[in-house]
Amino acid sequence: MVNDSLKEQSSLESSEVFQLLYAIPDPEVPVITIGELGVLRNVEMINGRIVIYITPTYSGFPAMFAIESEIITILKENNISDFKVKTVHFPAWTTDWLTDAAKKKLSDYGIAPPEHSSQIKHLRPDEVSLKCPFCQSDETHLTSWFGSTACKALYYCDNCRQPFEHFKCHH
Amino acid sequence: MNKNLFEYTLRLGDTSLILSQRLSEWCGHGPMLEEDIALTNIALDLLGQAKAFLSYAGDIENKERGEDDLAFHRDANQFRNLLLTEQPNVDFGFTIIRQLFVSTWQQYLYSELTHSTDKNISALAIKSLKEVNYHLRFASDWTLRLGDGTEESHQRVQNAVNELWNYTGDLFEIDQVDKELLKHGIAADMKKVEESWNKHIKQVLNDATLSIPEINNFMRTGSRKGVHTEHIGFILAEMQFLPRAYPDAKW
Repeated sequence: MVNDSLKEQSSLESSEVFQLLYAIPDPEVPVITIGELGVLRNVEMINGRIVIYITPTYSGFPAMFAIESEIITILKENNISDFKVKTVHFPAWTTDWLTDAAKKKLSDYGIAPPEHSSQIKHLRPDEVSLKCPFCQSDETHLTSWFGSTACKALYYCDNCRQPFEHFKCHH
Repeated sequence: MNKNLFEYTLRLGDTSLILSQRLSEWCGHGPMLEEDIALTNIALDLLGQAKAFLSYAGDIENKERGEDDLAFHRDANQFRNLLLTEQPNVDFGFTIIRQLFVSTWQQYLYSELTHSTDKNISALAIKSLKEVNYHLRFASDWTLRLGDGTEESHQRVQNAVNELWNYTGDLFEIDQVDKELLKHGIAADMKKVEESWNKHIKQVLNDATLSIPEINNFMRTGSRKGVHTEHIGFILAEMQFLPRAYPDAKW
């Protein structure tokens, strides 16, 4: 029986598992993946067991449970039964981990992406001048530091009169 | 188990948990949609911080109690949250002043704890601090706007300062737990935190044309020993109802 269960265990390398899980869409902003967002940190093989490390964006990131469930579903679909999903808090998540490809996707989706922390002096969103993701105008203003999810602030475009969201720089 | 570390971690977790629960009461009742969302966003950050600290406390205790057991199956005298955090919302101004006092405390406390020799405490402090930055700016800006606003808004936040001031001594009370952990570089030096807190609060209140009540007022303390104001029982009754009535309920 032991041999049988060994045969069933997938022979995927940890790097292949990483690629597989990288593509899971973020439940809150489904246009980007958990890999691009920086929530998926690492996948290791430890004594034949696959260990997956994930980290929350903000402490109260409500999608962690959904992401973990999705990871488990995908692992099982790929015949991986010996695994552990670990939540880590260090190093703390930052929007500097977002890839340029992810930022482009956010902008196309109508969410003004975060700037790299080295590009701005203060993290106050009202001191960041943003381009409207719809008409590219600079004539925008902040309406609230807090939005529909912890990572976003609310803006308004004075040119095309479209309210839009901004993925706040978090560093 | 390291009893002092368990106790210290509970204090951090409970303070975030109870303030989160209080702020959640604003959900759907904020004066404007944006502020309603702001208050509940802050509540969510604090809930996440509480979950992480209480989960760690459970690991230290090593009695198979997770964060949910600690949150939902302890009684009032076992809670270690700051007395400030359990004070009622009253009105938006009162909520803002309470937030100002607690966020300023968290700002300087977590800044100190980023250097803690306990790796878990320092990791959670680094993460929480990024979020507290936002909370503090929100509370400071609103204090300024309300204090230096209309006659009525000024009076309301001044009343809040006067009433809540009596609970600010509780922020800096230290006991054997702090002293022992400070020796090992785990806990924060509360004298430093107090100094920075006083400086920031004086500045914000002064800018907001608000005054600090007489310094030698009576200070109500006790959170370190689980001695609470009467409000804690009502909060727990609401927060713990479901898991206590249906102990095996699954989400």
